[in-house]
Amino acid sequence: MEQNVLAGYIPIFLFMGLTLLFPIVTLLAARLIRPQTGGAGKLAPYECGVDPDSDARQRYAIRYYVVAILFVIFDVETVFLFPWAINFNRLALFGLIEMLVFLGILIVGYVWIIKKGALDWA
Amino acid sequence: MNIPVVNLGAILPAIMLSLFGIAIMVAEPFVSDAKKSWLGWLAIAGTIAAMLALAPMSRQAGQWYTNLWIVDSYSIFFHFLFILIAAITILTSMNFLQREGIHHTEYYALLLFATVGMMMMAGSNELIMVFLGLEILSIATYVLAGFRRTDLKSNESAMKYFLLGSFSSAFFLYGVALIFGATGSTNLIVIADSLRSGDPQTSLVSLAAALMLIGLCFKVAVAPFHVWAPDVYEGAPTPVTGFMSVGPKAAGFAVLLRIFMTAFPTLEDRWTSVFWIVAALTMLIGNVIALVQPNIKRMLAYSSIAHAGYIAVAVAAGSEHGVSAVLFYTLAYSVTNLGAFAVVTMLSRSEDKLVNLNDYAGLASKRPGLAAVLSLFMLSLAGVPGTAGFAGKFFIFKAAVQSGLIWLAVIGVITTVVSFYYYLYVIVQMYMRDPNEEFADVRTTGPLKLALAITIAGTLYLGILPTRFLDWTVSAAVNALR
Amino acid sequence: MLELALFYIFGTIAVVSAILVITQHNVVHSAIFLAGTLLSVAGIFLALNAEFLAGVQVIVYVGGILVLFVFVIMLIAVERSTFERQFNRQWKIALITSAILIGELVYVVYQGRDTFVLAEPAVPLVQGAAGNSQQVGMGLYTTYLLPFEIASILLLVAIVGAVVLAKKKTQTE
Repeated sequence: MEQNVLAGYIPIFLFMGLTLLFPIVTLLAARLIRPQTGGAGKLAPYECGVDPDSDARQRYAIRYYVVAILFVIFDVETVFLFPWAINFNRLALFGLIEMLVFLGILIVGYVWIIKKGALDWA
Repeated sequence: MNIPVVNLGAILPAIMLSLFGIAIMVAEPFVSDAKKSWLGWLAIAGTIAAMLALAPMSRQAGQWYTNLWIVDSYSIFFHFLFILIAAITILTSMNFLQREGIHHTEYYALLLFATVGMMMMAGSNELIMVFLGLEILSIATYVLAGFRRTDLKSNESAMKYFLLGSFSSAFFLYGVALIFGATGSTNLIVIADSLRSGDPQTSLVSLAAALMLIGLCFKVAVAPFHVWAPDVYEGAPTPVTGFMSVGPKAAGFAVLLRIFMTAFPTLEDRWTSVFWIVAALTMLIGNVIALVQPNIKRMLAYSSIAHAGYIAVAVAAGSEHGVSAVLFYTLAYSVTNLGAFAVVTMLSRSEDKLVNLNDYAGLASKRPGLAAVLSLFMLSLAGVPGTAGFAGKFFIFKAAVQSGLIWLAVIGVITTVVSFYYYLYVIVQMYMRDPNEEFADVRTTGPLKLALAITIAGTLYLGILPTRFLDWTVSAAVNALR
Repeated sequence: MLELALFYIFGTIAVVSAILVITQHNVVHSAIFLAGTLLSVAGIFLALNAEFLAGVQVIVYVGGILVLFVFVIMLIAVERSTFERQFNRQWKIALITSAILIGELVYVVYQGRDTFVLAEPAVPLVQGAAGNSQQVGMGLYTTYLLPFEIASILLLVAIVGAVVLAKKKTQTE
């Protein structure tokens, strides 16, 4: 039975292999076919229009970091929902109460974040 | 499907603290800045509620939640200790936060959650629970250490604590994973049974035990895993330093004893010798380096390392004497050290001014009451008869001698004598030097007075009439060793 | 057989990408190779029939923590740090510890596969539950009820910690 479970993934693995091959083959093919001309004009970011006057890699504000870390935390919370949802019928009311307590505690955190203005951009 | 038995009574103190912590968070945005100190009193109410909840909890003796959670007098003793530590820390912090302009009341919520984490460590019978508790405690403490966000030292403290703390948590978790591989369980009793019956995977089990030991030794700051402690303790806000020097330490030793007594009694002779070395090293390093510290927070940091060494002596001694000595000493040390930090908090100025030892010169002529109180705590830390520290050290060395660890007891006594120098130096400064400072604006406010009253009473009571608490610790030790 | 083949494929990708993570000078490249490592570890989990764990690995690590890494990289000036001298020059200590680790590995390989015999898990499989995610779910929501609820306190502490430390300064500070 275990072998069967794994065998079910073979198409996915094949698909992953193909997606990996696709860009490699395309790039190689393009390199072989395309005309090998160059020059400063080819390397400019825009062939017409205004040249950029600063680096594209700006430093970002720490606000993004708060959003990202809160995202990770609620991401982990979501992970707990999957096995619960699969077993919802089996766990019935007990599971529902359990999950409500869990989510209730985290919703307090969410309300606190909003009230605290941690997500305000100003 | 079999629904597990949900016994709320068995975890009532933790529920109380969580509820009050959540209530503080919910109330926080709605309370105006002027009334923020009310939330501090709400946190105090939470600790009182948790104290009261110990009574229903103690009636639920046994194992609960599919044997993950254990209620015996060992876990109840540590619950009591953790709530006490939290309450004194909150009382010490209330004016400090206002004075420093960091009166964000999440502080109290974090402190209560950290206490819940410590409870989970001491009361659980299951390594996954221990890890969760350890992480709650650690993450809350990292944040508390960095609570003075504009202060570079506080940032450094939080950063160092975070890096080394997560590193040590990883060690612990690796040990848990290996023990699961070797025995197929993370439940302490199942581990012990499988080690006793089946053929023990000694190499794998020893490796797992060693990794867990390293992780926990980091948390309790015993040598050679102590190097983070002085910098972290110095940079953290002073009441948090007080909390860090007793809370995680007590919780760490609670877990250490629980794991090694319940799960690894078969390895006892090995971990006894490991603790022999750890204890001797820690007492020597802590006490000797404390001699040359000019800053009182750093001095108390090294002193706390040294005290962890004394507790490690009792751990090495094992048996019910050793275990009860660990319990008694953590209580005595917690009360005394929190008192000392309360006085240091009171005398210090914002941005950690006035925390050098020579700032205390002549304190006795300006503020005789405070000088006398600080002297009491210093004497208790040194272990002068009549104080909690003496009773604690006495029981530890007695247990060591009874278990035949004569040399360890000798090292302990010698290093104690060494420690007299730096503890008495504070008293000499206060009583025999001319004052540099006026100490005019040192205000003894209500919450601080209450914190001092509790710690003074505790230090004297445990020193003069230790029998009542000693009986409790002995019964807890017998319970835990069973 | 299939399991073994997949283990070697994913294991090789994981190790090679892990080496590339620490040898790249540009941190953005390191982050991309880290994604490779994490994904191939997810593949190993899948090959061991731990579907839930594989899913968590992709959702939390690749989808969450790696994104966090990229945000942190954007907080710092990448192009400057690329040219800065890296002060990880502790190669003497690194050499000694690596030598010890290699010695241990050689010892284990020399001892053969009987060095570490793994025990059967003491927690019995849930009857009638099909698939790994269902097994995990039943264990988590019945046997491990208390740790599950405690985990919410842990997440709450993490929320408070992140916001308190990264929030804007208040007037009093």
